[in-house]
Amino acid sequence: MTTAPTATGPLLQPSGPLLVARDLHVAFGPTTALASASLEVHGGEVLALMGPSGSGKSTLLHCLAGILRPDSGTVTFDGRDVTAMSDAERSALRRSEFGFVFQFGQLVPELTCAENVALPLRLAGVTRRDAHRTAREWLDRLEVPDIADKRPGQVSGGQGQRAAVARALITRPRVVFADEPTGALDSLNGERVMQLFVAAAKDTGAAVVLVTHEARVAAYSDREAVVRDGLVREQVPA
Amino acid sequence: MLCIVKPVSIAPALLGLLQTGPRHGYDLKRAYDERFGHDRPLAYGQVYATMARLLKNGLVEVEMEPGDGPDRKRYAITDAGVSDVEQWLSRAEKPEPYLQSTLYTKVVLALLTGHDPADVLDTQRAEHLRLMRELTRRKTEGDLADQLVCDHALFHLEADLRWLELTAARLDQLAASVHA
Repeated sequence: MTTAPTATGPLLQPSGPLLVARDLHVAFGPTTALASASLEVHGGEVLALMGPSGSGKSTLLHCLAGILRPDSGTVTFDGRDVTAMSDAERSALRRSEFGFVFQFGQLVPELTCAENVALPLRLAGVTRRDAHRTAREWLDRLEVPDIADKRPGQVSGGQGQRAAVARALITRPRVVFADEPTGALDSLNGERVMQLFVAAAKDTGAAVVLVTHEARVAAYSDREAVVRDGLVREQVPA
Repeated sequence: MLCIVKPVSIAPALLGLLQTGPRHGYDLKRAYDERFGHDRPLAYGQVYATMARLLKNGLVEVEMEPGDGPDRKRYAITDAGVSDVEQWLSRAEKPEPYLQSTLYTKVVLALLTGHDPADVLDTQRAEHLRLMRELTRRKTEGDLADQLVCDHALFHLEADLRWLELTAARLDQLAASVHA
């Protein structure tokens, strides 16, 4: 039986880059989305991917996360070539090592918030009871214990996003990919979600790749990389 | 023209203009006023005082032309001046209100002197974000008063960053108009 990880306690991170993209090219028909994009993500860091709409930042995130296979170039995670993996292998990698937060929580509407948060643990074979206990711990930690038994349609956007963050972190992934996680929230809710998200990711040792066009959101990162015209201008880690 | 800008640093702007070719003081003033003066044209006195200082520091040299006209001095940039312009362009400005006039000057001069204007904007973005990170940290650790004070600064810095983004998106257009 798989044991449910708890909501606290850091993981040890290896040194050196955890996730490396080299010379990624992606085209959608005649449109080039990425042209020789390269990037390194280090364990435990929060990296903001910035850039104007259509610059290729979401495409880069999808390549890094193994959702999209680039036309050429490689992505390696912890020394493993993600681009050479089969669809099933990439899918397994995403479930075990990665977490995801999207602009609109994308919670399953038929399940309660606690069931949504517990879902990744249930898929990993954790018992219902353990998964739900951990899910409630995570909802507590994200300051929304009251939404556990409510369905996504019954909670506010900010509460739903906190559930989405809890769901992304519950398996203690090595990397969380967040695409405009506060894009649909007002300033105050967006700020609080970012504070809780980054603090929780730092505690668990997860790296965060954060796509945002908002500077105030990017200010929660440790460094930024700017994507423009399919190329990455990277700030080296301090 | 509505203008809520502070005057740009005159010396590096004049020096940058000289990098495009030697000029008389009068030409220099006219070029500056056209590109950066907005509703605040330079006084001749400012041009000559600035040139005297740049001359003393070895950043420009002067050629005297024969004749009796009042404007016989032709200024040219020296190698030291060229590297001074380069350093100025590559250095981030301290984030402060109404910085856009200095940044606009830098971008135009980068275009005129063959530097990459995107580098100017990226350097500045990095500096703005560095300060925004610092304020965000202070805000996260502070009380409500800290949060409100830091938020005010953060919203202003964010506005600057939007301007940087928009300018980056308009560089091709700006290059065409500068070289027209």
